[in-house]
Amino acid sequence: MMQPRVAGVGLTPFGKHSERTGRDLFAEAGLAALDDSGVDPDDVEALYYGNFMGELAEHQGHQAPLMAEAVGLDVPATRYEAACASSGAAVREAVRALRSGEADVLLVGGEERMTNIGTAGATDALSIAADDLYEIRAGMTFPGAYALMARSYFREYGGSREDLAHIAVKNHDHALPNEYAQLRKEISVEDALGAPTVADPLGLYDACPITDGASTAVLVSADYAERHDLDAPVAVTGTGQGGDRMALADRKYFARTPAADDATAEAYDDAGIGPDDVDVAEVHDCFTIAEVLALESLGFYEPGEAITAAREGETHATGDLPVNLSGGLKAKGHPVGATGVAQVVSIVKVLQGQTSWAEEVGDARVGVAHNAGGTVASATVHVLEVVE
Amino acid sequence: MTDTAPDGQYDALLDAIEDGEGYYVECANGHGWLPPRRVCPECGSRELAETPLPGAGEVLTHTTVAVATPQFSEDAPYVTAIAAFGPVNVTGLLRGIEPGDVEVGMSVGVEVGERETTGDRAIVLRAR
Repeated sequence: MMQPRVAGVGLTPFGKHSERTGRDLFAEAGLAALDDSGVDPDDVEALYYGNFMGELAEHQGHQAPLMAEAVGLDVPATRYEAACASSGAAVREAVRALRSGEADVLLVGGEERMTNIGTAGATDALSIAADDLYEIRAGMTFPGAYALMARSYFREYGGSREDLAHIAVKNHDHALPNEYAQLRKEISVEDALGAPTVADPLGLYDACPITDGASTAVLVSADYAERHDLDAPVAVTGTGQGGDRMALADRKYFARTPAADDATAEAYDDAGIGPDDVDVAEVHDCFTIAEVLALESLGFYEPGEAITAAREGETHATGDLPVNLSGGLKAKGHPVGATGVAQVVSIVKVLQGQTSWAEEVGDARVGVAHNAGGTVASATVHVLEVVE
Repeated sequence: MTDTAPDGQYDALLDAIEDGEGYYVECANGHGWLPPRRVCPECGSRELAETPLPGAGEVLTHTTVAVATPQFSEDAPYVTAIAAFGPVNVTGLLRGIEPGDVEVGMSVGVEVGERETTGDRAIVLRAR
């Protein structure tokens, strides 16, 4: 199969842009990707757009046509919503459309405006990724849900808050040279352990920040890339998606993420690779414990064994398997609907050698992006490879 | 809560718990769920029987929430826990114990309480 290529990518800086509208954020990222791609905007056939809380943050539904218009495109546009995996789901649908031959050029992206509604408003908006009847009404917050998972993990497999702190320290370190990252600040394990508690055992430094931002990529068929002589060496070679019960209480496991296991198995099979083939990963570390669960689902570690990966330096840029070189959600920021595509953007940059960590990482050929929604009732995994 | 209409079988369950007659639904294979369910998501069975909730549950995991949503601002800090009542797991506000004393494995009952911030009803797990 001829695999779709990534022709261009675009990001806004991630951070606090309270007064910028969603459409302006998306326009900045979308135009950047079109410019980066060398594709004639008239050739774009559709927009696949991810967004989660637009109704609550901007009182704006039906966002996809608005965003297409903002980047000057008069094309069919559809919004995908899978909580924090919204734009991972959009990437997957775009890849499938390109593979089927139905399309040659698609714009895929995501956007979220969050800081304008404040911490309380964003906490409320994020919480609705949980089951309203049986979780939110029992006081479940987004950090609270991951705290329940973290406690189960510690109990089942061992591990400590200090192990989690090392993940935060690593991802902050990775974000230092990333000009698009929100938290470019070195932190220590002591800083993380001394931060205020959000939902025990998780503290403020276990949590990603609240972020405004947008991300986009121009995906094209291999045939289109060849005909137009595009510089697009990276292909999406694998896609997978998994699902699980909505409420944590209804799951088989509180300390494992089977939706991501399933997405991984499908994506690896699709690409014809295994975990040992992966050179670099961007994973969904909305909370430090989530990075642990992601690394285990991606098959890099057995269940219960990824908790020490950051402490041992294995997932640092200087380690065997660099994870979240962008800073991850933890330090790059997490504009939720934009995160899935932003992870793809980060992987593409690393595979093209456009990372400040290029010297440490060396010649990376295969990358994966792991995007999760809610407490991982939704998950997408994508494999990207240098193919020329 | 702007809704004025009750939420069907959720509110009916809370009514039943208030009357001391809490229940769950169980399929022939012993999978338990809170209503409404028309099909067992585990095995696909559509034969679901209303079964009385056991009087005592066991806490499986818990957290003390310090940063709450606006709907729980005056409740915070509060404990949210998941407890197993036989084959069904119930998420609730855990009350009747100091947050620092909550332990996995402790025994809880289930009742209906009020949220301090909004006065809305909530499923409460009561330390026994």
